Order: sequence, then structure tokens, then C-alpha cells
Amino acid sequence: MINVTGLSKRYGNHLAVDDVSFNIEKGEVIGFLGPNGAGKSTIMNILTGYLSMTKGKVIIDGFDITEYPEDAKRKIGYLPEIPPLYTDMKVREYLGFIYDLKKVKFPKKAHIDEVLKLVKIDTVQNRLIKNLSKGYRQRVGFAGALIGNPDVLILDEPTVGLDPKQIIEIRNLIEKLGRNHTIILSSHILSEIQAICKRVIIINRGQIIADDTADNLSAKLSSDRSLVARIICNEQDMTEVLKGINGVANVTSLGSFEKGTCDFLIEPENDKDIRADVFDKVVSSGKKMLSLKNNAMSLEQIFLRLTEADDSELKKLLGDNIIAENETKEEE
Amino acid sequence: MNAIFKREFKSYFQTPIGFIILAAYYFFLGLFFSAIYKSGIPSIETVIMAMSIVSVFTMPILTMKLMSEDRRQKVDQALITAPVKLISIVLGKFFAAFAVFALSFAPTVIFEIIIATKISVNVFSYIYALFGMFLLGGALISIGMFISCLTESPVVSAILTLVINIIVIYMSNFATMVNNTFFSTILEKAAFVSASESFSENVFSIPDVVYFLSIIAAFIFLSVRSLEKRRWS
Repeated sequence: MINVTGLSKRYGNHLAVDDVSFNIEKGEVIGFLGPNGAGKSTIMNILTGYLSMTKGKVIIDGFDITEYPEDAKRKIGYLPEIPPLYTDMKVREYLGFIYDLKKVKFPKKAHIDEVLKLVKIDTVQNRLIKNLSKGYRQRVGFAGALIGNPDVLILDEPTVGLDPKQIIEIRNLIEKLGRNHTIILSSHILSEIQAICKRVIIINRGQIIADDTADNLSAKLSSDRSLVARIICNEQDMTEVLKGINGVANVTSLGSFEKGTCDFLIEPENDKDIRADVFDKVVSSGKKMLSLKNNAMSLEQIFLRLTEADDSELKKLLGDNIIAENETKEEE
Repeated sequence: MNAIFKREFKSYFQTPIGFIILAAYYFFLGLFFSAIYKSGIPSIETVIMAMSIVSVFTMPILTMKLMSEDRRQKVDQALITAPVKLISIVLGKFFAAFAVFALSFAPTVIFEIIIATKISVNVFSYIYALFGMFLLGGALISIGMFISCLTESPVVSAILTLVINIIVIYMSNFATMVNNTFFSTILEKAAFVSASESFSENVFSIPDVVYFLSIIAAFIFLSVRSLEKRRWS
């Protein structure tokens, strides 16, 4: 459905996209993951024909975007990072304009009604766009992308700036559309991509650094099983106790963050799950454990590491031992 | 092109801009008409051609938002990623502004009828004067639209267009300041005010028609190129 080969984009001296290639089959739902400025939006802008490439080829359903731009663009519904809305128009009027602009062949009223219902904005259809909240504007932009029922949907950070309820609604909508559309969506939130996409492409500094299924990636990204425990105890004695647990490789005291307690970083041998053993040992030694959680790094931290890493480091990070945000489990 | 024309034309009247433009033309048309009517030899052609002065100030308002506003609000992403050619986008916008401009001359029909009740009139001469004014207006719109392509700020676009308008319309006045006869002749002949003279005198002058049409074509082309260039930068 989408073939990209050797795509590069140069802004002056800055290489924003560097020799990117990938193929997307019909019906796939793909997530572009990467920190801000990684080149996600630039790639999407090139795919949709908004920007031109410096080098490379983009083919949408058999049509080269530079040679047959109109045929290729007809296949695509695009929701840019900032929804392109004429704020002085009413919602329905705006969708009518997009309908005319795209020269859609479906019956106009029925088609717009259908899209309005799908995105759940039929209640605001006669309001001026400038009076709508961010969430609604985002959905109007989404509706604009859906007009004409294009095969390919390209969504640039569709949930950014929305409240949790709206995020879930948009996610459900994307999931629903994913059943009969090819979708590319970008995000810098791993859990979001994981929830919707089967395949993830990680982009950093204009290059693809990983292209894999979400499950594989999350397994790689969350392989660190180190624990952080907060225990009411004496620092020295407890370090010895914890070191005595079978399967514990190393214990580091992190100091006291709460009066009378001490925090410890406990690293296991060979990725062993040691949570139950640690818990039992602390209890049997007569001390009280206040919390036990995975030593999770936030995604921001991961991206910081990814962006600061040089090539060899990057390989290492994406090999096995990348530390990722994990489900934080609090146990007493 | 139709969709863009419709939206753009409608948006002129969703904001006060369209009404301000119409009001300005109607007011000055009425003013000039009543002055000329009292003078005894009413000529609608003179009234129409006098509107070039008004256009210097109205055109920047008419064209300032055409392209710049889209870019500021990032709506150009919707237009450019839609399956339409850039030329259709530019032409749609050009004709929307042109339609507002043409509407401004609606009262001249009434004026012509009023004059016709008094003296015998040459309808062709009236239509030809109108045609000339539309050519001049079209040229100014295409220039303003091109300037609007260059900036994200409607205000910058308006000010720049105003300055350019004054120059292109009245550059014949600067002719005496130039010593070189070649350049002073160019300034004199190329000024819109002198190039449009023939239209008010009912003299069919092919060079003048071609001159204005080529200016319109050139700046529409430049607008398309400037949109295209933005994709490549």
C-alpha cells in the first residue's frame, strides 16, 4: 500500500530525514514512535505530498506522490499535528468544504452525516469552529481526514492535548477504523502506540532505528527487572539481609527519603523475577516493607537516552538492556 | 477550484472585510458620480476610472489574507494535501477576490441608466471602461495575492501591497526624476494609470489589454511557484 525507499529531506544544512525506507501492507496499523524533532512529522508531510523530498521515492497504492500527486493524495486522509481548520466556519460547513475540495463522489449529506456520527461531533455541527474546545477541534480535523473515506489514514499525534476520556474515545475510533483502513499514526507515548498498533517504527534523528512488532519492542524495552524497595529498617543490616536472598546480584542503598526508612535498589541475576523472594525475606526478618516497585524509567528518560546515544550505544540500547517504563506495581 | 472560490468568497462576507470594501467603493462611486453629474457632461467612464485611486487603498485589504492567513492557521496543509492542483487553489482565491471587486461596480449600472435618461449614451463605451477597470483590478489583485504568498502576516502583506500599488499605479509621476529617457519612458508608459487611460476614452488598445493580462498571468504564475517553493525549502 505504501512503499517508501531511500527517503531523505534536507532543510538547509539540517538533515531532517536520512535515508528512510519501509513498506506498509494494506490494512496494517503502524505507529511512528520517536521524540519531538525526530522527523516523524516531516516523513508524514512528505507521504501526504505537503512537503517534497530531497531524495527518495514514495508510492501510495501504486501512485508515485511526485509524479501522480492527485491520484496519490486521493488515497490519503491526513490529520496534521495542528488540525487545519478554518475557524470562521461552522463544523458542517467546513466538512462540506473539504468534501468539495476532495471532489468526493458519495452523496454529500449522507456522507457528512456519517462522518459526523463516527467522530461524535454531530452535536456541534452547527457551531463555529473557533468556539470549540481543543478536543472537539481535533475531532473536526479527524473528520476532515475521513471525508471521502480514503484507504490510508495518516494521523500526526492525534491524541495530543486531549483529556483522558477523549484519548480513549479517539483510540477506540482508530482501532475501529483500523479494521478496514491502512493507518499510520505518530506519537511519543509508547503505551498509546502499544494499545493501537501492531507494528512500530521507531524514528530518531531522521533515521529508523527499529521496525518491529509492538510486543517484541515492549519486551526489549522492559527487560530490566531491578526493583526499588522502601523498608522501615537500619540501612546497613538490611543491605546484608537483601544480599542474602537467592538470585540477588547486587543491592545498592539509595538513602532515606522518608523518616525512619531506607530505599534500596535490588538487581537480580539473569533477569530473574525476585519480587516474591524479596518480600518474604523482608517480612521474615521482622521489618516492614512500605513499597516495592520496578525500577522503571519514564519514556521521556528513554528518549533522552536514545537521542543522546551515539551509534554503538544505540545498538546496545536496542539490543537487550534498554530500560523502559514498566507497569509500576506497588506491593505491601 | 470551485470549492476554494466558494469558501473564500463567503469568508469575505463572514468577516467585515467584504462589506468594508463594498462600502468604500459604493461611497466613492456615489461621490464621484454626483460631482460629475452636476458638472453637466456626465461620463460614467470617468467615474469608473477614478476608482483606481480608491483601489490603491482597498486592494491591500482585499488580498492581505488570501494566502497568508492559511499559512498562519496551518490550513494550507488541508489545501495542499487535497487532490487539487496548486493552480486551482491560486485561481480559486484569485477569482474570489476578483468577484468581490467586480461586485463593487454594481452601482455603475444604475448610474448609467440615470445618465441615459438625460443624454444618449454609448453602452459599449461603458462596458469597455468597466472591462478596463476589471483588468486593472485583476492586475492589482494578482500582485496583492503574490505578496500575500510571501508572508504569514496579513498586516505585513497589506502594507507591502499598499506601497507596491502606489508605485505601479503612479510611477509615471516619477518619470521626470529619471534622467535616462529610456527608463523614464518605461515608467511613464508602464504606470497602470497611463496604461488604463485608453479604456476611459473608448479607444481599443491591444497593447494595454495585453499588458494587464500578462501582469495577471505573471503574478498568478509567481503565486503558484511560491507555494511550490515552500514545499521544497
